[in-house]
Amino acid sequence: MTAGVSIQAVSQRYGPATALDTVSLEIAAGEFVVLLGPSGCGKTTLLNIIGGFAEPTEGHVLIGGRDMAGVAPKDRPTTTVFQDYALFPHMSLCDNVAFGLRMRGTPRAARTAKAMAMLSLVGLDGRGDRRPHELSGGQRQRVALARALAVEPEVLLLDEPLGALDLKLRRQMQEELKTIQRRVGTTFVHVTHDQEEAMAIADRIVVMNAGRVEDFAPPREVYLHPKTLFTAGFMGEVNHIPVASGQAAFGPMPVPDGTLCIRPEAISAAGALRIGPCRVTDLAFFGTHVRAHVVPLAAPDLQLVVHLPQSAATAVGAVLDLGAESYVVLQA
Amino acid sequence: MSLAGQDRRLGWGLIAPALIWTAAFFILPFLAMVALSFAHMDGREAVQGFDPGNYVRIFTDPTMLGALWNSLEITAVVTVISVILAYPLAAIIAFRVPARWQRLALLLAVLPFWTSYVVRSYSWLLVLGQNGVLNKALQGLGLIAEPLEIASTRAATVIGFVHFFVMLLTLTIYANLIQLSPNYARAAQDLGANRWQTFTHVILPLTLPGVVTGAFLTFVLCIGDYITPQILGGNAELTLPQLIMLQLGRSGNFPLASALSVVLMAVVTLAYFASSRWLRLDRV
Amino acid sequence: MRILSWAYLTLAYAFVFLPVFVLVVFSFQDGRLPVPPFKGFTLDWYAKVIGDEALMAALVNSLLVAVISSAVALVLGFLAAHALARVRLPGSALLRGVLIAPMTVSYLIIALGLLTVFNQLGLRPSLWATGIGHIVINLPLCFAISYAAMGDHQKSAERGARDLGAAEWQVLALVSAPMLAAPLAAAFFLSVTFSWDEFIIAFLLTRFDVTLPVEIWSMLKSGLSPATNAVGSLVFLVSVTLVILLELTVFRRAK
Repeated sequence: MTAGVSIQAVSQRYGPATALDTVSLEIAAGEFVVLLGPSGCGKTTLLNIIGGFAEPTEGHVLIGGRDMAGVAPKDRPTTTVFQDYALFPHMSLCDNVAFGLRMRGTPRAARTAKAMAMLSLVGLDGRGDRRPHELSGGQRQRVALARALAVEPEVLLLDEPLGALDLKLRRQMQEELKTIQRRVGTTFVHVTHDQEEAMAIADRIVVMNAGRVEDFAPPREVYLHPKTLFTAGFMGEVNHIPVASGQAAFGPMPVPDGTLCIRPEAISAAGALRIGPCRVTDLAFFGTHVRAHVVPLAAPDLQLVVHLPQSAATAVGAVLDLGAESYVVLQA
Repeated sequence: MSLAGQDRRLGWGLIAPALIWTAAFFILPFLAMVALSFAHMDGREAVQGFDPGNYVRIFTDPTMLGALWNSLEITAVVTVISVILAYPLAAIIAFRVPARWQRLALLLAVLPFWTSYVVRSYSWLLVLGQNGVLNKALQGLGLIAEPLEIASTRAATVIGFVHFFVMLLTLTIYANLIQLSPNYARAAQDLGANRWQTFTHVILPLTLPGVVTGAFLTFVLCIGDYITPQILGGNAELTLPQLIMLQLGRSGNFPLASALSVVLMAVVTLAYFASSRWLRLDRV
Repeated sequence: MRILSWAYLTLAYAFVFLPVFVLVVFSFQDGRLPVPPFKGFTLDWYAKVIGDEALMAALVNSLLVAVISSAVALVLGFLAAHALARVRLPGSALLRGVLIAPMTVSYLIIALGLLTVFNQLGLRPSLWATGIGHIVINLPLCFAISYAAMGDHQKSAERGARDLGAAEWQVLALVSAPMLAAPLAAAFFLSVTFSWDEFIIAFLLTRFDVTLPVEIWSMLKSGLSPATNAVGSLVFLVSVTLVILLELTVFRRAK
């Protein structure tokens, strides 16, 4: 019902272009892993390689300990929820969901019962007779999920399944995906370029860039303690402060040399790592917080972004004494 | 075996039947025909060899040259007239007829297309013949005293062809016109072009591929057709296909018929290369 | 401009329909010649035609050849289109060219080529030979229509089916073909009409069992006759019924 995925030194080259560069990952059974990165980073290529729709130039993929080299998609213990859902327009929802079982020779009665159960799992009970074109985008997405899960794969692959949905529906589906994954216990490998989505659903996030894995850790870890500058920047806004020989532009900094990365919300009056007095140059109210641009008095060329509490009563021109509550120092 | 290899083997397996069929019953026969065109007749037997005599004969014998010339002339005239008549018809259907009636209008315009091909030429004989509908009508109206001799002339052949190809061209040109965004014409007129300028500078160039594709099909079908000139043109003058059929029937001269066919094929190939820049055969 | 347009349209339709109109009207001619004046209404010629055994045999032959050759052409063309749409084969542009090529060649040349080969192999002209020729001319059509209809939407659904465990024949039978039902039906019926109506290949490649166009051709040799009008009108009626049915079912649904 569930299996781990072991990706061992996988590379994918198309002529001179490298889509994946010696990628290795160990995904545990039952884990919800998100492959996150900008378009062209290789995340979809990696998903296709796991699903058997592409073959790596080098390296191996093991699912449940079994080498997948030369195994066609239909023979792999994986199924995929495609970006465009790939529902069969000429079949009812029930026939769509039952398709995989039909291919496995399950008798009609059994597979219909299973299809009904899957449709009810995704909140579409009683709609088995409908056709895909009668459904909304969110509903089609659910049918695609039910169809992929109906054959009880060991690993479910999701290729930007929420990309076509509007923001509100996307947030709702994220929660449902997470719930369903907990319920069925199948390993989920989910591709997205939306870091908020990744943090909302993942047990662990794989951050990818230019064909390489930048980071592989739980959301909190990836966000708060990114291993690379790319991850730090991709997961959210960050202030970069170069530090050399214990000196930053505005004074001494008791941190190792490198780039000091501080998130806007980690800067406050109470922060332990002192930045010193800064002048507010710009303010905007964002609802959950007040976003401010500040310039340290000691370093007029350095601009920092700070998220002040919603209640902060300040004005452009005011001077605040600020420090960082959390930070990380990274090497370029 | 690798997945890509499995896929490729499957691909070849699926395409093989069609390829084998085309090779066995199209390419091979064509090559056999080319080979036969270099044979010569010894009595009633074809003797294989490499004898260009048939080709020499085609390009020196006045009858043969005449037939080639007739075919080219008739085909050219038919193609030009058909395009000139079909374009306005397609444009009227696309732009003047209300959208919901267009499909019906088009269906009606090509309805006679579905009469049997042999019967279509025969029907024109009923119209154009000496005692035909046209002559009777004109005589009844007192416009002519003696019946016109149209049947068994080139004019009858041309009329029969034009009738068929106007239908075909109306379809291909209409398909092209209807795909054009109305914004092209709006933009041109917005920028100061009058109707005629809009047509010559914008609409016509954009629909040229459709026109050329239709004209090419007209050329191919027209120059290779035996029925229409045989029924309507009679034996007053010969076209290339009529000459080929004569060789097959009367004298059983397969080598000469083959050589004539190769010449016919060469003419079509030349037409293909002349129009290939604009041809969209996969979008007919 | 408006009046000119409608006048042109009227004239064009008159030109297009004139011969068909004359054909049908004089099929009811109560006389020996299908030319004016119209002497009265009779159905005798239809009775004669339907009672004509050679003609009816030719009609059955034509139908058989048309349906069987179109079915084979459709299967071959569809499979080839599927292969080219699915797998990146080396030289795929050339392969497409080869498969389309017969479309650009006169039927007369195809017929003569086949006749040459069959003669050399000592095969007698027959309905089978005609059927082979009709597959050659309809294969490019079926291939082109199938290939043009295979879009990304289609490929994606096929990928989904494979992912769910379908073998390639199951993908073809359960997903590709049903999704393309409308264009495949169109290709089939177009092929049937072309084959049904084809003269020169049938003329050169049959001897005793002839098809309808060849039989009508031999009727023409005895000159004008309302019987020929009656056959022509019947063929027209059948074709038009087929076209209208197709329009009302397949194409309406495809819209």
